[in-house]
Amino acid sequence: MSAAAEAVSNNAQQIAVEVEHVTKIYPGGVEALNDMTIHFPKGELTSLLGPSGCGKTTLLKIIAGLLKPTAGKVTVNGVDVTGPGKERAFVFQDFALMPWASVMRNAAFGLELQGMNKSEREAIAEKYIDVVGLKGYENLYPHELSGGMRQRVGLARALAVNAEVLLMDEPFSAVDEQTRRKFQEDILEVVDDEQKTFIFVTHSIEEAVYVSQSIALLLPRPSRVSEIIRPAIRRDISPDAIRRDPVYLDIVERIWQGLRTYVE
Amino acid sequence: MSSFLVHPLTLRLVSVVIAFGTWEYLGRIPISPAFPTFLETMTALWGMLMDGSMISVYPATFQPLLIGLIISSILGIACGVFMGLNHKAEWFGAPVFIVLQSAPLAALIPLLTFAYGIGLTSKIITVCIMSMPVIVLNAYTAVRHTPTSMIEMGESYLGSRRQIIMKIIIPAASPVIYAGLRLGAAMGFIGAILAELLITPTGIGDLITYNQSIAEYDKMYAAIFSIMVFAVLFIEILERTEYIFFRPDKRVTQ
Repeated sequence: MSAAAEAVSNNAQQIAVEVEHVTKIYPGGVEALNDMTIHFPKGELTSLLGPSGCGKTTLLKIIAGLLKPTAGKVTVNGVDVTGPGKERAFVFQDFALMPWASVMRNAAFGLELQGMNKSEREAIAEKYIDVVGLKGYENLYPHELSGGMRQRVGLARALAVNAEVLLMDEPFSAVDEQTRRKFQEDILEVVDDEQKTFIFVTHSIEEAVYVSQSIALLLPRPSRVSEIIRPAIRRDISPDAIRRDPVYLDIVERIWQGLRTYVE
Repeated sequence: MSSFLVHPLTLRLVSVVIAFGTWEYLGRIPISPAFPTFLETMTALWGMLMDGSMISVYPATFQPLLIGLIISSILGIACGVFMGLNHKAEWFGAPVFIVLQSAPLAALIPLLTFAYGIGLTSKIITVCIMSMPVIVLNAYTAVRHTPTSMIEMGESYLGSRRQIIMKIIIPAASPVIYAGLRLGAAMGFIGAILAELLITPTGIGDLITYNQSIAEYDKMYAAIFSIMVFAVLFIEILERTEYIFFRPDKRVTQ
């Protein structure tokens, strides 16, 4: 496999997001991505995993249309990405909630920007506030919530706009460990129920192995996809059993061995 | 008991009592024949309120003050927000207001009198040049420091530029814009009094200079005290309006 590595999922699967030969050079000459090609299968959660500096957040923001690639292109369901779009929703690392708005207004904000009327958008937001487990907290403000609950609001906002592709930028990195584990279990349910494509940036190996159907292992300098791993973990057992499952532990170990030379 | 002693209200009261107590003590030494005690000043204040001599002068002071503050708030916030959003406007405007903020603007008052005469216009402009720089610079800094992720959030959920400005940038900037308004209002009070002392003695400035000239120092201090009380009340009201209009979340914490 060349340095411009490529990723292809299971043969039969449809591709939701295609990243073709994308290069990103920031003003000032920093090269964040170099000729990257990667495909994201529909209806699955794919993690972008790698050490800091490998360009995973840059890649996610290019897919979101928040950054323009220097070269190459991204297509979502066959349509070229030229900017943010209705079919994509973003979940931010720092939550990006508006502190002056209640949980309800924050969760409905994507719909508010689309110009949907208040009663309609609040009905939809209410449903997703319930889905993420925040029923009863609608009228609180972000500063009254814990970090984990704030990110649940961020997730509800992304689900409410009913986008096909959810882009999650290290969504649990600002959340404490216990909350994070619970959140990871919940995200698996959301992935099952919602039938959406999730692209999930993380630097936690355990998290990536636990939540993903496939993991794109990114390496820095030059940034490239070094490997695609599909963790064949049994999902029918309890979360605690998964975390003790030898298959799970082996994959974590294997990824760590691959990454450790880059963590200096 | 101990919780009563450290209650914010108790602490505030204690600080007021200490300040006024010191005033009373210094007045009684006396440090200067021109320095009345706190109680003398309050007696004079009461007398002036009762005979109407104080209330009758306030409209003359408030007219240039309020007109000036309204102009500086609207124009200042507009300029500051525009500078925060637009790099060209920033290049053009920021140096002017930074110089204005640090320059001793009171020195310009004779020039204003020369250009605009001794009427209302000069006084309004005095209030404006005192209060506007801090309002502009705060609004500009506030807009410039809107969290990037919040703007990206607006973009990724397809907000128009207008929506992002009105629904995200302005509310996010409102605490610092309001801090600028409060500072600007305080500067505006200084400007209004300066104008009355330096241009033509009207309103509360007249009350101060007149009582000084006839050596009624208790009345002079009563006039100064009253304008300070007004300034504090005004700024307090301004703070409340922020909570009501822009930051409902802050009311929850209190």
